[in-house]
Amino acid sequence: MSDAHRTEDSAGAPAAVFTGIGVTAPNGLGTEEWWSATLAGKSGIDFVSGFDARSYPAQLAGEVRDFDAGAYLSPRIVVETSKMSHFALAATAMALDDAAVDLTRIPEYERAVITANASGGAEFGQRELQKLWRGGPRDVSPYMSIAWFYAATTGQISIGHEMRGPCGVVVSEQAGGLDALGQARRVVRGGARLAVTGGTDSSLSPAGYVSQLPTGHLTTVTDPARAYLPFDAAASGFVPGEGGAILVMENGTTARERGISDPYGELAGYAAAFDPRPGSTRPPALARCIRAALDDARLRPEEIGVVFADGHGTAELDRQEARALAEVFGPRGVPVTVPKTMTGRLYAGAGALDAAGALLALRDQVVPPTVHVTGPAPGHGLDLVLDQPRELPLRTAMVVARGHGGFNAVTVVRRAR
Amino acid sequence: MRTMDVAITGIGVMAPGGAGREAFWDCIVSGRTATRRVTHFDPAGYRCQVAAEIDFDPAAHGLTPQQARRMDRAAQLAVVATDEALADSGFDTGGTDPGRIAVTVGNAVGCTTGLEEEYRVLSDDGRQWAVDHTFAVPQLYNYLVPSSIATEVAWRAGAEGPVSVVSSGCTSGIDALGYAAGLLAEGSADAVVAGSADAPISPITMACFDAIKATSTYNDDPQQACRPFDRSRRGLVLGEGAAMFVLEDTGRARRRGARVYARILGYATRANAFHMTGLRPDGREMAEAITAAMDQAELGPQDLDYVNAHGSGTKQNDRHETAAVKTSLGNRAFELPMSSIKSMVGHSLGAIGSIEVAACALAVERGAVPPTANLHERDPECDLDYVPLTAREQKVRAALSVGSGFGGFQSAIVVAAPGEAAA
Repeated sequence: MSDAHRTEDSAGAPAAVFTGIGVTAPNGLGTEEWWSATLAGKSGIDFVSGFDARSYPAQLAGEVRDFDAGAYLSPRIVVETSKMSHFALAATAMALDDAAVDLTRIPEYERAVITANASGGAEFGQRELQKLWRGGPRDVSPYMSIAWFYAATTGQISIGHEMRGPCGVVVSEQAGGLDALGQARRVVRGGARLAVTGGTDSSLSPAGYVSQLPTGHLTTVTDPARAYLPFDAAASGFVPGEGGAILVMENGTTARERGISDPYGELAGYAAAFDPRPGSTRPPALARCIRAALDDARLRPEEIGVVFADGHGTAELDRQEARALAEVFGPRGVPVTVPKTMTGRLYAGAGALDAAGALLALRDQVVPPTVHVTGPAPGHGLDLVLDQPRELPLRTAMVVARGHGGFNAVTVVRRAR
Repeated sequence: MRTMDVAITGIGVMAPGGAGREAFWDCIVSGRTATRRVTHFDPAGYRCQVAAEIDFDPAAHGLTPQQARRMDRAAQLAVVATDEALADSGFDTGGTDPGRIAVTVGNAVGCTTGLEEEYRVLSDDGRQWAVDHTFAVPQLYNYLVPSSIATEVAWRAGAEGPVSVVSSGCTSGIDALGYAAGLLAEGSADAVVAGSADAPISPITMACFDAIKATSTYNDDPQQACRPFDRSRRGLVLGEGAAMFVLEDTGRARRRGARVYARILGYATRANAFHMTGLRPDGREMAEAITAAMDQAELGPQDLDYVNAHGSGTKQNDRHETAAVKTSLGNRAFELPMSSIKSMVGHSLGAIGSIEVAACALAVERGAVPPTANLHERDPECDLDYVPLTAREQKVRAALSVGSGFGGFQSAIVVAAPGEAAA
């Protein structure tokens, strides 16, 4: 493997490189603020403050607090869009700024937008549903039609930055953030020079929050430091969060031509797979998905420096994931981390935020910690990076994301130099 | 060699006017409209009170009570169409590695029907902002996340390859097929169960379209409420439905001796970056999408025999689209029949793109093009051949289908006869 900046991937197609990162996360707003908080083990999980959750069996969330949408967006756009889009539009502005790209120098049909979304604009939707059922159809805002739906964010990014190339939206619950990166790589290989990609979500309204209770997956533990404990013997479920990350992906060749000699890294591998239907005796799809992503990246398991695990936080799904990692990498065969212990699960935002973390881990040669987990369940066979960050040489990182209903996605990012 | 060559080997359709593929084809070639006064709820007090509804009994289509309960109507329609497509294709899901079967479902507004019904209970018709969690039903989360539709289809098909929902608003039904074609082209699957479904005829969605005055106000004349390209048109009429396909690499489909309805040879999507709902009259980005899709298909305007229009029946769409087709296809635009089946089956948002591709594939297979119903007097600014009122029997070597949606998205897809234009 050459140390030069790779402009082609291992299959000979133009490499898809990441040149910009923007983050809106519960434990940090802005990429560097979030990354320092993450390395410091600072958690954003707390009691829900946006509405009264005291009567609910689950009461915690990873909220993006102190976020002033007006600081990033025009007053008109703030009113016409929902919180999920506020986060995405703010993160897009950060990511494009970080990429230092002059979009006017990229042909308009070669600028793409591919985002993921899981549950739409829950708070906006609940407000308008309330108007409809308390008042009547004439009380519903004309912006409801464009604000709550899953494609709203991609549309607003496209309009805000005059991106006229392929635009799309992938929905596969928590796996979606990685599926968006995979689709963004397809459009880059198909001729787009630049793709704004990633995902943000916010289901934190009373109706959005309560809609998740019947899965039985939200933890009912109310101590924010003991609530979301993936791979722990005391795992009791997860905490929902909001926010996510937006990344700028570019064709490696044209990025280099515009002077980017040191991108964050390359999307070297991606694969998606679906679990067998309930009652099947076939194995879960995750191990196969991890192997497929490795094959796509033309890497061997021992070449992976760290795995950002999905870390569902329920016993059975933790066991499945641990088994898949052990099967591919061997027992304790690779460092594993779950920085989402500091944010909660962000749905479409999760894969994108973990990908951002993986890229920064490659940059700084450090693995962020998994906080709050003190008693890893015996038998998982994982080398979990616990409460302190771990410095080690890193060339590659893997991100795993699993979505409710059977979705699995895995990406591999590789340092460009 | 073409970069996209995908065989459609199975088609399942659930559309207003009759359940199943054959009932759908019969409806659209007869020029019969399925728009009517809304019956799913009482539309009194709504600006638009008309929609194209399906009379649908999940049990009659093989769904068990538990399946019907856990699925929103959009998922039910998707699953029933999937069953029909799989049976039609002769594709042996049991004899194929499940990991090589993928699912891509287009959808615009998710499970809003089920979500709204449950919201009414949780909030006691909006009386409570802090809704009462003790009224949360087991299937509630499935309604919050539209990915549940893809999950149900994957379980039905036994698929364990890449599975996802593509949700780009009203172009989703085309974009899902483009996404599926991408999976086949890159070798991520041997077959994709792909298509789209939406069930938007609910109070909140009708109210959304009321609020932006996009829907027709011909409440006294429901059967003629959607009038694409007609001078008197007043907007779109919402519909509901699903169309699902079995898609396979054409070479592989031929090797297994499958009947091929038609081949998908080109697809492209572009965005206008102009307005979430507004369209520029010149149709520049749709023209760009058409040109890119035709280029990928390696076909020229002379190779096309039919255009399936977006034809939503709004003032701005029909002009925008007419301009786009002229820009991209030149003089050929004036020779081609171009019709809107939305005049008959309504605009089912994320579903309609796939339903329209089903119409194109059947047009190719059966040598007929469906008409635009309710078109009596052309808008002077819409000066193409929109096939008014009556279907035409004619050979269709290749067809173009286009879609336009909120967010400014413009998509185009090219469907060709199995034996035509061999690469």
